[in-house]
Amino acid sequence: MWWWVVLPYVAMVIFIVGHIWRWRYDQFGWTSRSTQLQERRLLKWGAPLFHYATFAAIGGHVLGILIPKAWTEAIGIPEGVYTEFSGIAGSLAAIGVLIGAGFLVFRRTTIPRVRATTSMVDYLALILLGIIVILGIYLTLGVQALGGGYDYRNSVSIWFRSLFTGNVDVGAINAAPVMYQVHATAAWVIFAVWPFSRLVHAWSYPLWYLWRPYVVYRSRRPVAPNEPGTTGRRWRKIGSGY
Amino acid sequence: MRIRAQVAMVMNLDKCIGCHTCTVTCKQVWTNRPGLEYVYFNNVETKPGIGYPKRYEDQEHWKGGWTLDGKGRLQLKSGSRLKRLLSIFYNPNLPTIDDYGDPWTYNYQHVIDAPLGTANPSAHSISALTGRDMDMQWGSNWDDDLAGSTRYGMTDPNLANLQEKVRMDFEQVFMFYLPRICEHCLNPSCVASCPSGAMYKRVEDGIVLVDQDRCRGWRFCVSGCPYKKVYFNHRTGKAEKCTLCYPRIESGQPTICSETCVGRLRYLGLFLYDADRVLDAAATPDPHDLYEAQLSVFLDPDDPEVQREAAAQGISADWLDAARRSPVYQLAVRHRVALPLHPEYRTLPMVWYIPPLSPVADVVSAAGYDDLDPDSVFATIDALRIPIEYLANLFTAGDPEPVRRVLRKLATIRSVQRAGQLGFEPNEKLAATVDSDLDELDDLYRLLAIAKYEDRYVIPKAHAEDAGRLALQHEQLFCSLDGEGGPGMGGHGPWGVEDFHAGTAPHGDSGSTQTFRGDDGREHFNLFGWNGSGPTPHLFPGEDPA
Repeated sequence: MWWWVVLPYVAMVIFIVGHIWRWRYDQFGWTSRSTQLQERRLLKWGAPLFHYATFAAIGGHVLGILIPKAWTEAIGIPEGVYTEFSGIAGSLAAIGVLIGAGFLVFRRTTIPRVRATTSMVDYLALILLGIIVILGIYLTLGVQALGGGYDYRNSVSIWFRSLFTGNVDVGAINAAPVMYQVHATAAWVIFAVWPFSRLVHAWSYPLWYLWRPYVVYRSRRPVAPNEPGTTGRRWRKIGSGY
Repeated sequence: MRIRAQVAMVMNLDKCIGCHTCTVTCKQVWTNRPGLEYVYFNNVETKPGIGYPKRYEDQEHWKGGWTLDGKGRLQLKSGSRLKRLLSIFYNPNLPTIDDYGDPWTYNYQHVIDAPLGTANPSAHSISALTGRDMDMQWGSNWDDDLAGSTRYGMTDPNLANLQEKVRMDFEQVFMFYLPRICEHCLNPSCVASCPSGAMYKRVEDGIVLVDQDRCRGWRFCVSGCPYKKVYFNHRTGKAEKCTLCYPRIESGQPTICSETCVGRLRYLGLFLYDADRVLDAAATPDPHDLYEAQLSVFLDPDDPEVQREAAAQGISADWLDAARRSPVYQLAVRHRVALPLHPEYRTLPMVWYIPPLSPVADVVSAAGYDDLDPDSVFATIDALRIPIEYLANLFTAGDPEPVRRVLRKLATIRSVQRAGQLGFEPNEKLAATVDSDLDELDDLYRLLAIAKYEDRYVIPKAHAEDAGRLALQHEQLFCSLDGEGGPGMGGHGPWGVEDFHAGTAPHGDSGSTQTFRGDDGREHFNLFGWNGSGPTPHLFPGEDPA
């Protein structure tokens, strides 16, 4: 089915090419665009909670989607233990994301100073993230933790990994409940939007700061400026508000 | 020994009249863009006063600068690197815009559009951030000239432990102005705080800059700087700071704040320093020794050994010559009248200040002493513990001795000069009491009081021989600041006085490019950049140039 083959590949291509393009042409727009200067009390709780819970959620996806069921069983993790662990850890992450994102959405939409800095791409990314997060929370809390449970590792995961082998198993995802399908579709859309939004700041987490010398020196090395018109920001509308 | 050159500044606070011309010209040149409404790379504070942003000097609260850990090693006051990375989603030490002052503008359109009537329309203040109506609560200069100091003055962090001695009563108050720019420190804590590695100190001239393409907006530089002289552009999401007007410095011109200073109180020149000694000096255990430790980093440009070594390390002859004539070296090291601002932050700041004698002299006169008599001035300088201790909290980490020594020297210059003017024999013994002699005091008098342009600013041009022909060709076309979104915004390079000639346009003619089509559909003439004499098509409505 086109929906489960073409969309993922298109999203992947846009994701990769878009990042290369943005990295080459819009270093200046590549920032987290923090609004802590404008508002700090809500951000203090919302931002760390959202980000750390999101890290946990990403880790959970790696565990559940990328790693085949056979592997975890091969190293001696029985199905019951996996379900138990993913249920509890997933629920904690989901609650964290829910509360954190709640804080952030509240301040972004109701604090005028913060709203003034928000661009259309931000809203698009926010809405897509909202769909993904709410569905993810529903699937984690509503289906896995409180509901009957569903072993996505026999359907969604197989389809996802088959995308990288070239031999896409469309049947696997078609068998999944519709909410998983919507969740996956929204995820591909946000991957396509990612390079054009402020989400790129995720790749700039400055881990190497831990090993760097404190004070950075640079020489005033004169470089030939680029020809006028051959460089610069091509997407002034994206990433910064003017 | 690694010899490096540093462009540094000295400000003579006795001459500052608090006119804010430096602030205004700096604002016009660097920060008149959206996102930087609240930002002043240069600002002038009234002291005592709480400063901009509020109480920025209280490092127990803001955690800027360096401190020594239990083992005496240098560490950022805000904690370890890991702690910063973990708090990257919420920086606990970042001032908010209310600490700087919510920027406002006025709804001028309301005045323009007001119907005819008897009541005068008024322009209400609106927030520059949101465009909504707002009431002004605070700004960068809210306590200018001690305004409201009965409320704010006592919260000046430099008044710690002095509260019971200081009077904010009108009759007994003292005050002076403190112009501030980025300190371009030898051990910059903003650079050390930047997790992206976007901030750097230039090897050649020591100017501290932010690479706008590498900055990712993690904003630790803002909180890491104890002087709060790195700012967050809320429109671009990037940090910006005082550049020491590097395009002007590179071409041998003083910074715009210096160039336009009405009181001519700023001095620009080179220090030669030993980069290997910087960290040891910054880690000096006793804060009272930090001032001397900072002096020990500087190298004597007249020392032949230093000259030989500097030349061997690639410092060019004209820079060495400029270092020998440097007014900042004269003031800070040779005459020892300039002091660093808050050496206890351990950043080794490179903008130094000559403490003001005037508040002291004023009190001397008010107390009925004869300030013509240096002995009585000395006695009063010693007796006036309050201003001296206050100045010591600003400039010497609380050690009053160096401040007292500087003020005595400044008083002695006045006394010797006055004697000369009145035809008396200058008192050699008086000069000796401040460890000086009459010749040296005369040199200092010329540097401080006569202060010719070429004596105040000794700035060697940057060496661009290796820039290549291509770059030179381009520089004729446009300025290096013209990068997209850069502060140059397509403007033109720095202009010296000699570039201006009456009746000619420095920026070409005011031709057709200076008109634009407004919201009303009519062509308008853009007065910004108009040379004052060229044609002004479409300036007035109904005007239809042939």
